Amino acid sequence: MEILVCVKRVPDTAENEIEVNKDGSDIERDDLVYSVNEWDNYAVEEAIQIRDKVGGSVTVITVGDDESEEVLRREMAMGADNGILLSDAAFENSDGRGIATILKAAVAKGQYDLVLTGAQADDGAGQVGGMLAAMLDWPYASLVNSLEVEGGEKIKVGREIEGGNQEINEIDLPCVLSIQTGINEPRYVGIRGIRKVASVDIPVHGAADLGLAAEATGSGGARVKRVDYFVPELGEGAEILEGSMEEKIDKLMELLKSKGGLK
Amino acid sequence: MAGQVFAYIVHRNGVAEDTALELLAAAAKIYPDAPATAIVTGVGDDLESVCNALTSAYPEIWKINHDAMAYPNAEIICKALVNILPAGAIVLLPHDTFGMDLGPGLSIRLDSAYTADAVDFTGLEGSVLKVIRQEYSGMVSTHSRCDLANGAVVTCRPGSFPPVENTQAGGSVVDKSADVGDLTVRRRYLQVVEAEKGDVDITKSDVLVSVGRGIEDQDNIELAEELAKLMGAVVSCSRPIVDAKWLEKPRQVGTSGQTVKPKVYLALGISGSFQHLGGIKGSPFIVAVNKNPKAPIFQVADVGIIEDILDFIPELTEKIKESK
Repeated sequence: MEILVCVKRVPDTAENEIEVNKDGSDIERDDLVYSVNEWDNYAVEEAIQIRDKVGGSVTVITVGDDESEEVLRREMAMGADNGILLSDAAFENSDGRGIATILKAAVAKGQYDLVLTGAQADDGAGQVGGMLAAMLDWPYASLVNSLEVEGGEKIKVGREIEGGNQEINEIDLPCVLSIQTGINEPRYVGIRGIRKVASVDIPVHGAADLGLAAEATGSGGARVKRVDYFVPELGEGAEILEGSMEEKIDKLMELLKSKGGLK
Repeated sequence: MAGQVFAYIVHRNGVAEDTALELLAAAAKIYPDAPATAIVTGVGDDLESVCNALTSAYPEIWKINHDAMAYPNAEIICKALVNILPAGAIVLLPHDTFGMDLGPGLSIRLDSAYTADAVDFTGLEGSVLKVIRQEYSGMVSTHSRCDLANGAVVTCRPGSFPPVENTQAGGSVVDKSADVGDLTVRRRYLQVVEAEKGDVDITKSDVLVSVGRGIEDQDNIELAEELAKLMGAVVSCSRPIVDAKWLEKPRQVGTSGQTVKPKVYLALGISGSFQHLGGIKGSPFIVAVNKNPKAPIFQVADVGIIEDILDFIPELTEKIKESK
């Protein structure tokens, strides 16, 4: 099975405090640690497991700049066979539809049976997979947390729905799936693994290579635009306990006792 | 004025979800004087009762009764909506597992704009809707602009648009079942597998000691277990802990896990995504301990302590032991 996995380089929220910059035009990007979007690692792991079971290849693809190459290499170190970087000044400030448009053009250049994305990324929208599927006129399922290949024509997928329940569907290939965390345990990538793929050639495709008109992507084509970032004025929020560790604990124990949390 | 506003109603067992009235409130923030039209899909008596109940809130309800819609398969509903919606329609969906499944593809098929997980609308400027959303798991918010000129699909975060109460719209139900067209799709719904039941029912506990990513390592789970035991509490957790398989799924609090109603909720190293908070009901006394002062959990907690839980838990445990 030929599998394409769409990945994204994002600020790692586990490693950084995300703050708004002075004029609100962006988050503070100095000293940010970047990594692969967490959901995407599960998608790549799933793709590798499918390939190892039924054969075929795994290609990882991203829309980004030169620095995004590092996330492709990381996923190749996990076991993906190929990487493709889609990069062009015309792609900058694309909205979700713009990114899906770019990816659609790249999918059309290959022969893929299955396209995977992470269920969501840093902006929390979870939109590109569903858009890409509709543009390709392929079936789509989101929030997939189990996957079973059944022959070469269809797969059985479980979708995570409310209350911890799971919705089972049968979906025809080719299709697009967005992968939820927890579907597998993404393998660890060591320095040695990354070194092995350090010199592998990663092709770069721009708008012209993909046959995309300039106005189809980038800020010009965007119907949804982010104006600024801000930190909302909150209601009261939590009463923050101050003092030494001991003082905080004493105060907390008092509160817990009065609220029935400590007998 | 751009297109007409529609609200897709998610319902279960013949009762509309709370989002039904939230979407009505959201629509009123776009056009205060032009109420949304509800769209309800399904079959039989359940569908009838949902539609009838909505007549007090919505002036018009579009009912789609079709055997293929006994279960809401987003691929099927997408096709039906594309066939019945007028050009330039503005479609509001809840940002739940159904809305997330349907919304992005629907926007492409309608050739309209898409905005996900709106938490508020702050008005219209010409055809541009001003939307507030969150990024980075709620650590920052954004103002964004969504052009409605060619229609739009907008998913609204459950619980973010306070519902309109005691409405008396005197609405009418319009049967649109005949207009849905061909509903052949390449994804077939098979069944729902109910969540497994664990050895402990966290929904029954008055006091929950809940751990998140801040616990850092599987070996540290026992710190929380010891504390919980001393407090007469039960250990629950947020999603990353279940993803890492450090605790079993029935212990997960959140929209994709259990909905709990404790009296006291001790959130240890939990950042507080809206999906997690969506699983905490009944206004418990929430204590949040987190080393990141910007963690969204501090917005909803009653009391906050800014500490690394790996230092904090053993100290608290020790103190409680001493006090006994």
